[in-house]
Amino acid sequence: MTNLTLQAPRKVKLANRLKNSWIHVILIIVAIVLVGPFIWMFLTSIKTYEETITVPIVWFPEQIQWVNYEIVNDKFPFLRLYLNTILVVMATVVSQLAMSSLAAYAFARLRFPGKNILFLFMLSLLMVPGQIFLIPQYQIIVGLNLTDTLTALVLPNMFSVFGVFLLRQFFAAIPQELEDAARIDGCGNFRIYWQIMMPLVTPGLVAMGILTMIGAWKELLWPLIVNQSIDKMTLSAGLANLIGEHTTYHEQVMAGAVISVLPMIIVFAFFQRKFVESIAQTGIKG
Amino acid sequence: MKKAKVDYSAYLFIAPIFIGLVVFYVYAFLRNIFLSFNDVGVFGERTYVGLQNFRDLIQDPIFRRATVNTFFYAGVGVPLVVIISIGLAWLLNQKIKGLVFYRTAVFIPAITLPAAIGLLWRWLYNSQYGLINYLLGLIGVEPKAWLGDTELVRWSILIVLVWASVSYMVIILLAGLQRIPSMYVEAAQIDGANTRQVFFKITLPLLSPTIFFVTVISMIGMLQVFDFIFLMIRSESVAYQYAISLVTYFYESAFALNLRGYGAAISVVLLGIIFAITAIQFRLQKRWVHYD
Repeated sequence: MTNLTLQAPRKVKLANRLKNSWIHVILIIVAIVLVGPFIWMFLTSIKTYEETITVPIVWFPEQIQWVNYEIVNDKFPFLRLYLNTILVVMATVVSQLAMSSLAAYAFARLRFPGKNILFLFMLSLLMVPGQIFLIPQYQIIVGLNLTDTLTALVLPNMFSVFGVFLLRQFFAAIPQELEDAARIDGCGNFRIYWQIMMPLVTPGLVAMGILTMIGAWKELLWPLIVNQSIDKMTLSAGLANLIGEHTTYHEQVMAGAVISVLPMIIVFAFFQRKFVESIAQTGIKG
Repeated sequence: MKKAKVDYSAYLFIAPIFIGLVVFYVYAFLRNIFLSFNDVGVFGERTYVGLQNFRDLIQDPIFRRATVNTFFYAGVGVPLVVIISIGLAWLLNQKIKGLVFYRTAVFIPAITLPAAIGLLWRWLYNSQYGLINYLLGLIGVEPKAWLGDTELVRWSILIVLVWASVSYMVIILLAGLQRIPSMYVEAAQIDGANTRQVFFKITLPLLSPTIFFVTVISMIGMLQVFDFIFLMIRSESVAYQYAISLVTYFYESAFALNLRGYGAAISVVLLGIIFAITAIQFRLQKRWVHYD
């Protein structure tokens, strides 16, 4: 060890710096490829229509056209769509957390006949691709007379098998002594679950909540299937309509895209660590 | 550890999710299998036709193309996504300045709406005024109809798919890299291993469980590709038929054309494909995945 540092500190440093500058070059190119399109999105959104169709390309507008945002906001009910999205995402997250944590607690801490079979049953559902359920789920929604409602967007997505698996690991990690002590004090299962364990599995709940949020936020196919009117859409599916309709004005379409991207990027900027930790959770073998 | 007594209240804890799963998933699954053996009309009238839907599928040129395309997206897309994200995760795990900036840049597509990505890339791909044709023009490449050319369109979709999926996988792989104890790498370096040897002989084998996980989930994701094809190409355009995937065709049949039995049959085929490929991957993992 000492040998190595004594030998040629300067050479090692130089080699390191050379290696690092290569890394920077590659990462800057990657960053441009990944973020550049978003910058182009924004630049287009503040141009005039004429500027968007000038050849060769004009990079910056002569005058910033904030008016594009007003126009697209008048044409398109962004506020409504955001409100719908927030409602749907919140309802989905809360109901998934509630039901998955209840089941996860039972699987992690309680002993009961049929536990393994029930667990296997859930495991097998995890492996089936979602499209296989869509036609009958749609028919159920039609049968319940719920098409074109926000309820329809939440209903089949309230039950997360993945959440049971994720949270089970967190429940299982809680020391037995804590549970024993609570039992001696006369706590029943529900109180142990709710008052003792739920606060302790908060990191798991946050991780699952964030993952559910990203999923519900991006969900496209199901809202397209069950809802028709734009007032009952989430942003994800509503924006898909923008593709069909006002495509002639590139600057307006890009303004719409910016409106739908920016708030989530801001949320992400604040909670980046939590986001990243949550997604990383999916890769941990339990 | 002492054994807890049998606790029947456990069923109450499981009941809410269990009931929901039975209604919306188990029943739906069985019903879907049943529908795939039926001819379901626009108004819901249903006749049992046995395997006719599946026989029709084999004869259906669009279904065949959708299957070929789906294998194309998965077969070319998954290796690209996995290799690029391993490389990126490794770079982002180095001790260099500006990491926060680079990481944020890499993660942003993971939280962006598919519809916004679709709108954005359609504009980038625009054959007359798009940025991509302009930039390629600077190095002398002829402008191309990225989303209109029947040969090119699959590649155009593939680029967006890879571009959009790398972020998520990098996050998972980066976490995997950070869980590798640094003593392994340090030990190898003391023994005189260079960067490349450390990467291939130490890092990759230790990362292999995460790589396997990322391969499986990106495979499942790519086999179910729908969003960008649906969002970027009009279904009336000729190119659409050349980009179509199994899930896109499923959506078209079941919900645009209301051929529910036919649609159900497509989803059953997709299920079979995903099961088979996932099973093969689990079979093969013994050869290259190292668990310690």
